[in-house]
Amino acid sequence: MEQIPQANRWRRYSDWDDRPLRLDRFAREDPANGFAAFSSPADPRPGLATEAGRVVSMDGVPAHDFDLIDAFIAEYHLDPDVAAEAMAMDSGEVARMLVDMHVPRETLVRLAHGMTPAKLADVVSRLNALEIAFAYAKMRPRKTPGNQAHVTNAKDDPLQLAADAAVAVGFGFDELETTMRVARNAWSNAVACLVGSAVGDWGTLFQCSSEEAEELKIGMAGFTSYAETVSVYGTERTFVDGDDTPWSKAFLVAAYASRGIKARCTSGGGAELLMGYHEAKSLLYLEARCLCLQRGMGVQGTQNGGIDGAPVTASISGGMREIMAENLLAVWLDLECASGNDARPTESEIRVGAKILPYLIAGSDLICSGFGSILKYDNSFNPSLFNGEEMEDFLVLQRDFEADGGLTPLPETKALDLRIRAVEAISAVLEELDLARPTPQMKASVVVASGSRETTTFSPGETARISEAIQTRGIDVLDVIRALHRRGFSPEAENLLRLVKLRVSGDYLQTSAIVRRGRILSAVNDPNDYAGPGSGYRLSDERREEICDIRDTIGQSEVLAAQAMHRRAEARRITYEAKGDAGEGTDPLDVVIGISPAFGLQLFQTTGGLNLSDVLRALIRGVEDGGARPRILRMHHTADTSFLGLTAAQMAGSGYGIGIQAKGTAVIHARGRMPHNNLELFSNAPITTLAHYEQLGRNAASFARGVPPEPVVVPTEGQALGARYHAQVALIHAIETGLTVPDRAPEEIEILFLGQKEKA
Amino acid sequence: MAEKPTLADYPLAETAPDRIRGGRGKALDDLTMEAVLAGDVTVEDLRITAEALAAQAAIARAAGRPTLAENFERGAELVAVPQDLIMETYDMLRPGRVRDRRALMERAELFRRDYGAEEIARFIETAAEFYHRRGLVSD
Repeated sequence: MEQIPQANRWRRYSDWDDRPLRLDRFAREDPANGFAAFSSPADPRPGLATEAGRVVSMDGVPAHDFDLIDAFIAEYHLDPDVAAEAMAMDSGEVARMLVDMHVPRETLVRLAHGMTPAKLADVVSRLNALEIAFAYAKMRPRKTPGNQAHVTNAKDDPLQLAADAAVAVGFGFDELETTMRVARNAWSNAVACLVGSAVGDWGTLFQCSSEEAEELKIGMAGFTSYAETVSVYGTERTFVDGDDTPWSKAFLVAAYASRGIKARCTSGGGAELLMGYHEAKSLLYLEARCLCLQRGMGVQGTQNGGIDGAPVTASISGGMREIMAENLLAVWLDLECASGNDARPTESEIRVGAKILPYLIAGSDLICSGFGSILKYDNSFNPSLFNGEEMEDFLVLQRDFEADGGLTPLPETKALDLRIRAVEAISAVLEELDLARPTPQMKASVVVASGSRETTTFSPGETARISEAIQTRGIDVLDVIRALHRRGFSPEAENLLRLVKLRVSGDYLQTSAIVRRGRILSAVNDPNDYAGPGSGYRLSDERREEICDIRDTIGQSEVLAAQAMHRRAEARRITYEAKGDAGEGTDPLDVVIGISPAFGLQLFQTTGGLNLSDVLRALIRGVEDGGARPRILRMHHTADTSFLGLTAAQMAGSGYGIGIQAKGTAVIHARGRMPHNNLELFSNAPITTLAHYEQLGRNAASFARGVPPEPVVVPTEGQALGARYHAQVALIHAIETGLTVPDRAPEEIEILFLGQKEKA
Repeated sequence: MAEKPTLADYPLAETAPDRIRGGRGKALDDLTMEAVLAGDVTVEDLRITAEALAAQAAIARAAGRPTLAENFERGAELVAVPQDLIMETYDMLRPGRVRDRRALMERAELFRRDYGAEEIARFIETAAEFYHRRGLVSD
């Protein structure tokens, strides 16, 4: 009995269930429980009252009820000279100023100095995602965009850290950040990354994310140049739960300045939600508090935009827009913004690509505050939005949009050279300072390894002992510089010395400072001056060339070289003998196969990788098997499939013909039909097999005999064949069209299949 | 560097490498590889000075960043403060470490008296006031 399917589910939902997207969980909006991106009933209305220069109430809270965050913002962020004017402005008008290229950045920065958190949130919440991205491009502090990498591995292996740091520098990252699987490996991680980062170039800033006191000590030893783990939160309870206050964090920020170490704070939507003290406020409002706090602290910048809270933020309606909005607040408040795009907020690659795009095209001080330059499993912070696996996707996005994401394609040979040099350099330092003796096997395994699962290297215990020795023996950056120099790594020693000298002048403590080509670039000497088309950051011709120079591009020379490889082999399989102008057939079983101008003359394989001799043989066999007689004509007047087929049909005694291009596109046509109204078409040459061509021949014969056949269906799996083949196709087709002669008549061709004495 | 640097003096390492000095008075220009190899350079020479931070504060202020300037000025006051004292004070400012306001006020006074750190002292005193209001410390 025939089984009729039960209609209890449309199976498309099962297909959707299997997509990576369904691994993401989405939260319902629930402001009472903190799940609201842009607004919550508990958010205060913007407001500010002052008396004699003192704030007496802010955002609906009287001064005597201020919590520590309110108090800090009122004390250190709000500028009484601007506040009255700024708070009186219509939020919609300020929002329009943010996207008005005629309103200078400075005007808006000044107004922000006088705005409360609720006011700032009220303004940016009026912008849609496109407007936020545009305003971000205009408001970010430094003109030249940059990027930051995570360099970590699952074994805390110093050899691999050095190799990966060198590669990250090679890709052009402006900052590297490491952290450890085992906390006490902080010192060896720091030395290894630092040495690796000095291979090939100098000026990449480096941080080792660890416990506050230890991080400062590692910085004091000269191993690191910046810190960004100074976390702040938008509610007092979260702050106190995190074992800090605005004052303790601000003190720490001043301490970093006193040691000549660049610092930025960290905050991001969702942190308060994750830590349980959200006060039922929206993510954006809490984040506005965090950012006002940071400006008040006088920190130069912020790592902001979801950060560890990005996944929970992205689970909420409007979450990704909220992350963009908080980043806009950061730069509007004139803070350097390392704009998140780190913690991977989704399993969907489509959501990953969508997340990065606004930042890529708007630019950012540091587009990712941790692009995982290593493989996902090696990322000790957790996987990033982009990781080592997806590096080339990012590079191609830069090229697609001609947008500077701060990275540069790295040729394969150069990457290998950097890894070898870095592993040798860190090994020399470990030996010279009597910390460890890496074996040749260890070094070799690390150089070629894509990730730590492929390495044979130090045991966790050995690495911990290296780290402990660096700390207890008081080894500092000068010891490392001398060790490098003694062992012949003088360029690396020089690079490190230049780097540590940065802290003496403190130039890189200014807002948004990075080092490019040996020079400090910051918001002071490279300010964002966007004022519409033609202003702000533009790709120079040289930079555009760098970005566009990805590997394995093809051009006509590659296509011709590939075809030339097959020319000789085909010459042993087939000859095409021209017999002069062809006449119209009279035999009712005459089926013409019309081949294109370059077929077998300059082009020898289809895009499906089939030899043209085999394709022709299959077509001939099919026509013969179908009970008709094939005749081969070369067309000179066209290279178009439809016209190849139509002309073939017109020349055929049967009125039916096959047209085929060298790339493999084939058609059955009939005399008298409109050119593009064919009988059968193989448009997807790359997935067309010899069996398909043979059946096409059989079907043409069947038409000739007056028996309409079942059309041949070439099954497709939905591959993006255009992406895979259209570049070649266009180049190949240009070769065909280059050989066309408009008025030249079709030519009779005698085919000889060699070695088999088969004639057609 | 000029008495009061302006935006045109930035970056200081490029405009005044002979006048920028490290922690022990060595000019930036003298921190050479030869000196490092000869053992004439220590980590102290690679430290920023209060003067350099004051110069950066002036530049930050000129660039329209008064709060950043104030942070650099607090930093300048901490240059001479030993690491342990800094970390101890940081810890005191964390919640629940100190039970009464007086300990914080005494710490502020110590900074003022021993290091001439007026801004830091005021900063700690302000913290103490608000910690008291929020019940983090008692009288």
